[in-house]
Amino acid sequence: MALSGIQIYKLLPQTNCKDCGFPTCLAFAMKLAAKQVELASCPHISEEASEQLSAASQPPVRLVALRANGNEVKAGNEVVMFRHEKTFYNKPGLFLRFRDNENLDDIKQRVQKADAYTVNYVGIDLQLDGFAVEAASQDASKFEEVVHTVREHTHRPMILITDNPEIAGAGLRAIDGEYPLLHGATPENWQGMVEAAKQHEAALAVTGKTLDELADLTAKVKESGLDDIVLDPMADNLGMSLTKNTQIRRLALKKNFRPLGYPIITFPGNAPDAGHEAILAAHAIAKYAGFIVLDHFKPEMIYPLLVLRENIYTDPQKPIQVQPGVYELNDPKPESPVLVTTNFSITYFSVANEVESSGLPAWLLVTDAEGMSVLTAWAAGKFDAERIAKAVKEFDLVSKVTSKRIVLPGHVAVLSGELEEELPGWEVRVGPREAVDLPSFMKQVLT
Amino acid sequence: MTVEIPKDSWTGTIRTITLGAMADEGGTRTSKITVGGQKTLPFMQFEQATPNRPVIAIEIADRFPSDWSPLLQEFWADAAKDPGEWAKAAEAAGAEMIVLLLSLTDEDGNPNTPERAVAATKKVLEATGLPLFVYGPGQAEVDNELLLAVADAAKGEKIALGICEDKNYRTIVAAALANDHFVVARAPMDVNLSKQLNILISDMKLPMERILMDPTTGALGYGIEYGYSVMERLRIAALQGDSMTGLPMIVTPGFEAWKTKEAKVGHDVPEEWGDWQERAIIWETLTAVPLVESGADIVVLRHPESVKRVRKAIDELMTIPEMA
Repeated sequence: MALSGIQIYKLLPQTNCKDCGFPTCLAFAMKLAAKQVELASCPHISEEASEQLSAASQPPVRLVALRANGNEVKAGNEVVMFRHEKTFYNKPGLFLRFRDNENLDDIKQRVQKADAYTVNYVGIDLQLDGFAVEAASQDASKFEEVVHTVREHTHRPMILITDNPEIAGAGLRAIDGEYPLLHGATPENWQGMVEAAKQHEAALAVTGKTLDELADLTAKVKESGLDDIVLDPMADNLGMSLTKNTQIRRLALKKNFRPLGYPIITFPGNAPDAGHEAILAAHAIAKYAGFIVLDHFKPEMIYPLLVLRENIYTDPQKPIQVQPGVYELNDPKPESPVLVTTNFSITYFSVANEVESSGLPAWLLVTDAEGMSVLTAWAAGKFDAERIAKAVKEFDLVSKVTSKRIVLPGHVAVLSGELEEELPGWEVRVGPREAVDLPSFMKQVLT
Repeated sequence: MTVEIPKDSWTGTIRTITLGAMADEGGTRTSKITVGGQKTLPFMQFEQATPNRPVIAIEIADRFPSDWSPLLQEFWADAAKDPGEWAKAAEAAGAEMIVLLLSLTDEDGNPNTPERAVAATKKVLEATGLPLFVYGPGQAEVDNELLLAVADAAKGEKIALGICEDKNYRTIVAAALANDHFVVARAPMDVNLSKQLNILISDMKLPMERILMDPTTGALGYGIEYGYSVMERLRIAALQGDSMTGLPMIVTPGFEAWKTKEAKVGHDVPEEWGDWQERAIIWETLTAVPLVESGADIVVLRHPESVKRVRKAIDELMTIPEMA
């Protein structure tokens, strides 16, 4: 838990020696509390105080980063229960699981397909984060072979799943030099698993049916010198998962309870069908998971999950905006119509995508609505006739068009009268409410 | 190690609302719905059991809306030609409640009339015993004209009328007051606007127990994070004791999801979007489930497969987990 400046001050020598570069110990303490200087700048700190301070400066949820071939998947370092309190920082990694007793050619093809998958959402390319291999065969050499095969077809970080330390060792050997996640330690096998994880440099997932069991095991694992721990609370349904994930996050953030201050891994792929798998994964994205392991790779499921992850992890203080201005869609001519919308990125992309894919030329006037969507901006007084008219003038549309036709979003049809007054000589039309209906409107009404 | 689980303690309670009048109250409904009553954040059953499960409604219309997805048309097919048949089909598909949407115009483009609206409402009330919500087409004058007639015709059934917005709520609230109905109060994704509208409506002497709030949510990919956070904030404010936000929430993931291109359209879309039908269902369910987890008491859906999936999710959330 973060200490206040005063609490830190009490642990400092309080001599005001200025060796840290600050005039007083209190000034230095304030800078430390604001995380603007390093504790090491104080040459006189006692060992005991240093220990206390560094423990207090640790994040409540440890950051665990899996790495392979320059790719990294990070989880942890979260500081709030609800995204509106600040933001959620590290998007949970989405992994696709294979079992080593599946057909090898089949695995290859599916890995290639999933690895190559990229989908564009509001101008961002979204992809899967990594792959998991489970030692279902219970055969070390088979496991090693399959891990090796998966590695040949992707550069992304991996999760290896087995409860047998020997088999774990074989799998880890196949990807030596990387930093994967090994799953998982149990009360029975944890010593062997810790050893394997240490020897090959891997993070270790710890399983536990209850939080008591989980906390016991993470304490032991940490004591044996392994710091990168991931929690598997073994929740197999939505209610259980919501309960446990909430309790773990609360304990970490509100109680600074170190034994559960780690990222969480969940397995929606254990669901009986892909429809429920998608729901469990969506829940895990919203409610505190750090690594999410899926069994199905279907674009129609991955795309919505990747989008949900972008949405939930958007910083609520900063709506994603586009630059206000005039955007040219499909090489507009002077006689092409002017469409108006706001500078909320999702609004902009919805409109731009529809019009672009229709092939119909238009000028898209994007007004400064402080990043709000049409209805919200209108309700907040950031999208009205005056502002639209101002933008028409500011971006000098008159020099670009000969036929002065301007199309309002259907949701703000009420503005049409005022806009006619603000823009004499312009023909004001009311368009559809939804972007998806723009192409047919443009074909039927504007041509 | 015994881990002590931190429990929140709140002072507020969400109001409990029961809709639909059965024979004992002089109505013809064969079931009621009861929502609200929570004293904890959604499904924190280790603090206190969740008193009422979230309700799944199916949205139908007095005629099949021309701007709905062909996938929905294909599914409902002939049933959608008659609101009564559609309501029956919706009940068979698992709806616990019906939302009837009144159109702005008839098939030929003539304005909808109070007589037609009443006829459609009566058909639905006769076809199914489920509790009913009736929504106007969303234009103030038309809404008022149609809903006044509907409220009168459905007197005694304890239906809900929608949608009250800050620019148009008086007539609808008056109609609810006069006929013992309920109202849905919708504000555009803003905690204070929701609260303000609830205050305006209760100032007209409609008891708070007859107001459901619709905070507006946005769809997955189209602003759901705003709605999601507004709902979490509304629920937290209510539990902290703000009675003007302590109302059950009704949300419309069916409406939100099915207007997105991802759900609505199957041609000329990127290949990476995958299979159309399954994508549409997932779009609807992945809009609905996060909203249920952020506090929705009623979710209004459009596709029966989504109803099935969301029901399973609610079943799991309502089961009190055995933590031992």
